[in-house]
Amino acid sequence: MNTRAIRGIITVTEKDIRIYYTKAPVLIFGLLFPFFMFIAFYMGRKISFQEFYPGLLAMSLFFTASSVGPLITPWEKSFRTYERLLSFPVTVFTILLGDIAAGMLFGVIVNVVVLGAGLAFTHYSIQYFALILGIILGSFCFSSLGVFLSSFSGRAPSNVMMMSSLVRFPMIFISGVFIPLQGMQGFLKSLAFISPLTYLVDLLNYSLRGGSLLHPVASAGVLVGFSLLFMYCSHLAHKKNLLKGL
Amino acid sequence: MPESIIDVKNLTKKFNDVTAVDDISFSVTMGEIFGFLGPNGAGKTTTIRLLTGTLTPDEGAVSINGIDMLKNPVKAKSIMGIIPEMGNIYQDLTPMQNIVLAGKFYGMPRKELRQKASILLRQFELFERKSVPARTLSKGLKQRINIASALVHNPAILFLDEPMSGLDIQSQRLIRKLITYINSSGATVFLTTHNINEANLLCDRVGIINKGKIVAIDRPEVLRKAYEQTRSVEVSFQELIEITTEINTELINRAEKMGDKWKLYTGNPDSLVKFLCRFAEEKNLTINALEICRTSLEDVFVALTEKRD
Repeated sequence: MNTRAIRGIITVTEKDIRIYYTKAPVLIFGLLFPFFMFIAFYMGRKISFQEFYPGLLAMSLFFTASSVGPLITPWEKSFRTYERLLSFPVTVFTILLGDIAAGMLFGVIVNVVVLGAGLAFTHYSIQYFALILGIILGSFCFSSLGVFLSSFSGRAPSNVMMMSSLVRFPMIFISGVFIPLQGMQGFLKSLAFISPLTYLVDLLNYSLRGGSLLHPVASAGVLVGFSLLFMYCSHLAHKKNLLKGL
Repeated sequence: MPESIIDVKNLTKKFNDVTAVDDISFSVTMGEIFGFLGPNGAGKTTTIRLLTGTLTPDEGAVSINGIDMLKNPVKAKSIMGIIPEMGNIYQDLTPMQNIVLAGKFYGMPRKELRQKASILLRQFELFERKSVPARTLSKGLKQRINIASALVHNPAILFLDEPMSGLDIQSQRLIRKLITYINSSGATVFLTTHNINEANLLCDRVGIINKGKIVAIDRPEVLRKAYEQTRSVEVSFQELIEITTEINTELINRAEKMGDKWKLYTGNPDSLVKFLCRFAEEKNLTINALEICRTSLEDVFVALTEKRD
């Protein structure tokens, strides 16, 4: 990757953050979403906060990092700024990497706040390296997923929203967020392993609670693998659908 | 021999079964304003997208200042300023932020970029509004920001796709003036339009494209002269008459109603004028206006694009 490409990624990231992420509704969504998830899935359940929290953090990372990415390309196409973006000396892949970096940064920043809030209420013997790695890789992976989801769209954000919900919501129920992976049986357990969220939950369980089903290196490796797969598929799909909605 | 800055060879682009651009070849000379004319759907936007690297051709090659667009699109794009037809500025950013954002993509140093942005804002009469969100500005002002953003890195070539589309007369005049100024400061300008008058006023040379093929390419005056035989007479009578039914003469090849006037295409304008005067006298009609028209670029355009329909 040359200087020109790095400059392009930074410029796209800066543009995305300035235009799409630093909007009050997006920031409020980012911060309130984990809180509502906490109310919806923790209150009234016979589960300790310490046991519940790694799943909540993973879910929050998943939703925040992949929240805006699916919408950027359809927004740009509907506001007619996308063709202008393509006219700059950058490749489609550079634009995608910029979009991914913006989503990743948003995920990391919001979830540092969520982490701080969570740690104020409970005590863990934290594996710091694994925790930081988990947050970074999780954000990277889910931001890549978000950008991948945007690649099938024309200029109608509503289509992406539907597809995004269709993909993202079922994932939280099969990824060990509510039912520990160790407690899953048969088909459900097999299903859990095709979801990248499962590996983040496991990695965060390791880094906060010390116990995990898989070796943390394996979970980190799978998250990197999923990220690369999403990036590759995004690139192919974006190139194929470049003119759709222009 | 003048040096060419854009070289297009056997360029073809198909969308499923439709051939949008069909084996076209041409060159644009350094420093000229080249107009690409054609009716809607003729292939103008596809061509400009191929030249600027947004689309990849199925066949053929594009060279920009010696750089192969297929092999090195990023390098080729770095010497271009591009204003797509449907391209828009970021509405939430101010004019200054839009121009600065564009400059960052070209790797301009921060200080130089802000200075250049200020110069452009003054030049495009936008400086007073440099800090308001672009969404609050009129379409004409937004188009000025669009052009200013494309000029921030002093491009050697400026591509404009239908730059006057939807603008009022004042904005059109200002943008025409700016394009001439940009060209006089050394940049080559490639613009697509379906507005004949715009091409006639601005361009050193024009290429006419129809159904994906180039049907003519030359200076507007040369094209006009080549089609001099298809001249016309414009006539307007005080009374409303239907010339196509009331006049029957072989002198008129084709008649077009234009508001309260008739445009009559003929191979012999002198005889047609005499015929119309006799006709008016016989029918006791009052002639409001009678004029022999030179072949316009519009006539050439119509002749060339209709011939292939």
